[in-house]
Amino acid sequence: MNLIDLEKKINSELTTKINKTEIKHNQIYIEIDKDDLIDVVLFLKTNKDSKFKQLIDITVVDYPEETQRFKIVYLFLSHEFNQRMILSYYINENELISSLTTIFPSANWMEREVFDMYGVNFKDHPDLRRILTDYGFEGHPLRKDFPLTGHTEVRYSEDKKKVVNEPVKLEQNYRNFDYESPWEGTKYIKNQTDNNDKKN
Amino acid sequence: MTKKIKNLNLNFGPQHPAAHGVLRLILELDGEVVEKADPHIGLLHRGTEKLIENKTYMQAVPYFDRLDYVAPMNQEHAFALAIEKILKIEVPIRAQFIRVMFCEIGRILSHILNVTTQALDVGALTPSLWGFEERETLMTFYERASGSRLHANYFRAGGVHQDLPAGLEADILKFCENFPKIINDLENLLTDNRIFKQRNVDIGIVTKDDALDYSFSGVMIRGSGIPWDLRKSQPYDCYNQLDFKIPVGKNGDCYDRYLCRIEEMKESVSIIKQCLAKMEKGPIKTFDGKISPPSKKEIKQSMEALIHHFKLFTEGYRVPKDEIYTAVEAPKGEFGVYLISDGTSKPYKCKIRAPGFSHLQSMDYLIKGHMLADVPAVLGSLDIVFGEVDR
Repeated sequence: MNLIDLEKKINSELTTKINKTEIKHNQIYIEIDKDDLIDVVLFLKTNKDSKFKQLIDITVVDYPEETQRFKIVYLFLSHEFNQRMILSYYINENELISSLTTIFPSANWMEREVFDMYGVNFKDHPDLRRILTDYGFEGHPLRKDFPLTGHTEVRYSEDKKKVVNEPVKLEQNYRNFDYESPWEGTKYIKNQTDNNDKKN
Repeated sequence: MTKKIKNLNLNFGPQHPAAHGVLRLILELDGEVVEKADPHIGLLHRGTEKLIENKTYMQAVPYFDRLDYVAPMNQEHAFALAIEKILKIEVPIRAQFIRVMFCEIGRILSHILNVTTQALDVGALTPSLWGFEERETLMTFYERASGSRLHANYFRAGGVHQDLPAGLEADILKFCENFPKIINDLENLLTDNRIFKQRNVDIGIVTKDDALDYSFSGVMIRGSGIPWDLRKSQPYDCYNQLDFKIPVGKNGDCYDRYLCRIEEMKESVSIIKQCLAKMEKGPIKTFDGKISPPSKKEIKQSMEALIHHFKLFTEGYRVPKDEIYTAVEAPKGEFGVYLISDGTSKPYKCKIRAPGFSHLQSMDYLIKGHMLADVPAVLGSLDIVFGEVDR
């Protein structure tokens, strides 16, 4: 079954559960609603024409300006038909979402990573702990509002004879140059010139 | 009188030579039988994905070397392919052959390390001594092409950074002639070795269904008898012009995975030979001046080249708004990059899918009911490198 037939089939069988489908880069992109996740995934895993039997990864995209801040993305692979699918839906910041651990055991760590990196909570995850960050870490590093240099740094304290956490001290702040359009000037130059114009 | 028996909790790692890096594995033991394994990872977490979001596409390439640092160029390949697909640029054929050749060298690098350290974990010292000598030779090839033994930073969107230096092709060919003999030597030491077999046969068996459920890929899935290799099923670059076989295991145990790796090394040698034979002189990166930087000579002569050079190394090239997942068959399995571009010169998001992450996750399932001494054997056959697991 090729991708176009698959797209048709998914649209006809799951009608109301599918918000949008698209084929590009030889992959099928599907948008659904948060509540339909389990139904859609079960259908796609078990149906004889799709057989997306492997969950490749789960991740989140953070759009801090949007009302529905997080886009949850699931990547699937069907060995049988040699197809890839990207399933996604949007949620608000504090919404709970369902876990896929009962359908795919491998979702366990992937969801832990999502929780760790973005602070998205799962309703029925068996073991939702942080996974990549340090014991006792605070914050969710991959959110766009988390600074690149972080909040704390560690060092070995000779006095206390142990490793201590301290607020980050930088000799020089992380500099993010704006190269995008040097001919119109960077933002601060622009503000300066605008102010000068007003004064004159 | 009844005696109360409590299970023993054992901390394996984070500084244990058989943990292949910084893995803290908390084992619950009933006598010598493992009841539960809980891997704690993240001790090597460097926030690669966050860093990439703050760098231009060209500056992001070196981070990929630092993921699976035993086969650096394979990772770069996935990233380069992702950008190329979004930008819709053609890669010159010579560059494709160079990239595939170095990816296969990377595969040999990784498999030598894995096979020999696995042997070391179960008690054989000599293979690692012999294997590391060959790895050193291969890394000099890396160095001659890219200037660095490990962190190559060689692949670019649209080709490779520079052409191969004179004489390198002949030396790689010479290596390909000698290397099968080394594989044979390794096999003589291990394949029929009684101790090696006792430690690996029927240990850590993965069934076909579980291999799918646990998101296994690469040798882990092939060892269980599923013929799946992205180089064949979803060929990228010039893999469809090359003739090679995919070794598949039967029982899905540690021993089959070892055999798969040995066979893959032999296939890789054949691929490298084919690449060398088919490689013709020609351009090694795309001519599009908006993506690949001009040569030093051009900069001295052409104003346009000078501007391109300046813009490429300050702003970087812009990538149109898109969303893509591309995967390559890295030595450890499916290595993927999920890239979201937003029209600027920095990626909006770059999620790295590391094969080792899902392999290590199954540790509890693999080791339950085995003896403590089987832990290093299973861990060795998973082929874990913490650079990519922790990212």
